[in-house]
Amino acid sequence: MNLVGNLFGSSIGRKILMAVTGLALIGFVIGHLVGNLQVFSHPDKLNGYAHFLQSLGPALWVARIGLLVCVGIHIWAATVLTLESKRARGGQAYGVKTWIQATLASRYMRWTGYVVLAFIVYHLAHFTLGTAQSDTFKASLPAYKMAHDYHVLGFTVVPAGTEVLDVHRMVILGFQPPLVAGFYLLAVGLLSLHLLHGMDSLFQTLGWRNSRWSQSLRTVVILACLAYFAGNVAIPGAVLTGKLSLESAAKSAPAAHH
Amino acid sequence: MVAASTLKTFSVTLRVWRQAGPAAAGGFVDYPAKDISPDMSFLEMLDVVNDELTAKGIEPIAFAHDCREGICGTCSCTINGKPHGPGKGVATCQTYMRSFSDGDTIVVEPFRARAFPVVKDLVTDRAAFDKIQQSGGFITARAGSAPDANALPIPKGDADLAMDAAQCIGCGACVAACKNASAMLFVSAKVGHLGLLPQGQAERDRRVLAMVNTMDTLGFGSCTNQYECSAACPKLISHDFIARMNRDYLTASLRSAFKPAPANTGGGAA
Repeated sequence: MNLVGNLFGSSIGRKILMAVTGLALIGFVIGHLVGNLQVFSHPDKLNGYAHFLQSLGPALWVARIGLLVCVGIHIWAATVLTLESKRARGGQAYGVKTWIQATLASRYMRWTGYVVLAFIVYHLAHFTLGTAQSDTFKASLPAYKMAHDYHVLGFTVVPAGTEVLDVHRMVILGFQPPLVAGFYLLAVGLLSLHLLHGMDSLFQTLGWRNSRWSQSLRTVVILACLAYFAGNVAIPGAVLTGKLSLESAAKSAPAAHH
Repeated sequence: MVAASTLKTFSVTLRVWRQAGPAAAGGFVDYPAKDISPDMSFLEMLDVVNDELTAKGIEPIAFAHDCREGICGTCSCTINGKPHGPGKGVATCQTYMRSFSDGDTIVVEPFRARAFPVVKDLVTDRAAFDKIQQSGGFITARAGSAPDANALPIPKGDADLAMDAAQCIGCGACVAACKNASAMLFVSAKVGHLGLLPQGQAERDRRVLAMVNTMDTLGFGSCTNQYECSAACPKLISHDFIARMNRDYLTASLRSAFKPAPANTGGGAA
């Protein structure tokens, strides 16, 4: 028996690939959100954080390629499994078919997945590549001078006075068009719904779930998804309602303006 | 003197899938089922309707049945969109007409899946399950007299859990209920039943690898963790067994990948 062959070639193997890549992506989106919530702090925080990540060089590319591979395998496995399952259902559909206990989130995984994929493409074009909304892209904005040192694990990684890209301003300007903020809100809502089924399912697929604690797991998953949704709504929501604006940021950071 | 019966009979309309043969095109046909006793089982009701159809010179509805007490797994109708009908933890033969009301239209279809081709009307060929069983759902044991009951200690909890899985009657409702026509509840019940007992340990890895491989080859779909299977199962077998099978499959794949091959494949007096 061939381990790689079993993982890529069998139904359970592909489900395990879905679960493992899904787990890696869940880890990423949570870390990504926590990092981005620094937008509510002094502009030094988000700008220093962004500059630090960009300065990682090869390590940044290892992470990026790793994530792309995870997304690729996740989509590939989902596609193959879905096509096989559609074929398995057979040509003749039921005249009447009822759902017994499948959750809403589980029934729309494919559709929430499509929207999340479209969102990832837009999100990268918007904040990483600058091909969407290029007038407010970080490279088109005036440089930002760090008012304080930025620390990671107690080490100063970006010293005060460094000129860095103004990601903080880009985020605020980028979410000001209501259509963009609205799309982000919709997409993170559907991503949270996707995670609601995905987080629970990965425990089942990896064989760690059973009725002894599945109710507790469900509760933790629901709370985690709600917290994730709330965190993601906060950023475009605060810009849309004017709670987070260039003026409010200037008030919190008088030293940042010269 | 005997009191007059207070039992009220009622009438329903059956919308039944009729299909003359495996290659024939099928379709729904409506039949009235009149003066039905609420205490009839669904299959007894079909018998009554078939008697009337036969008397009228119409080909009776073909449906699969055998023990009629919920232990053989032969009956297999999807009733109003749920395999084995509206009840929880019962087979079609244990579904009683009191589950329905006067004037209802009841839609009756075969269990549908590509791996379960329709033979005729409501009868499907579920030999695919037998093929999965034959690929590993057994223990290669000495066929002698029964061993002493205390010779092989098995914790009570493990034995009970194994018996939960062993309740599977192989009817195929899990496949019929699943939007992916996945057989994972069935396979996991067989894998779990033997994998929990000491007698099943020697072939545990080989069994799960072979049975999953056969399941895939026969064209069943895969699990999306919606658990429609365990809800439709007449024995309410838990989808916990699917998680156990997934873990067993991963462990077996890992172990077999690193297992050394014996040098002398002949062994003994070759």
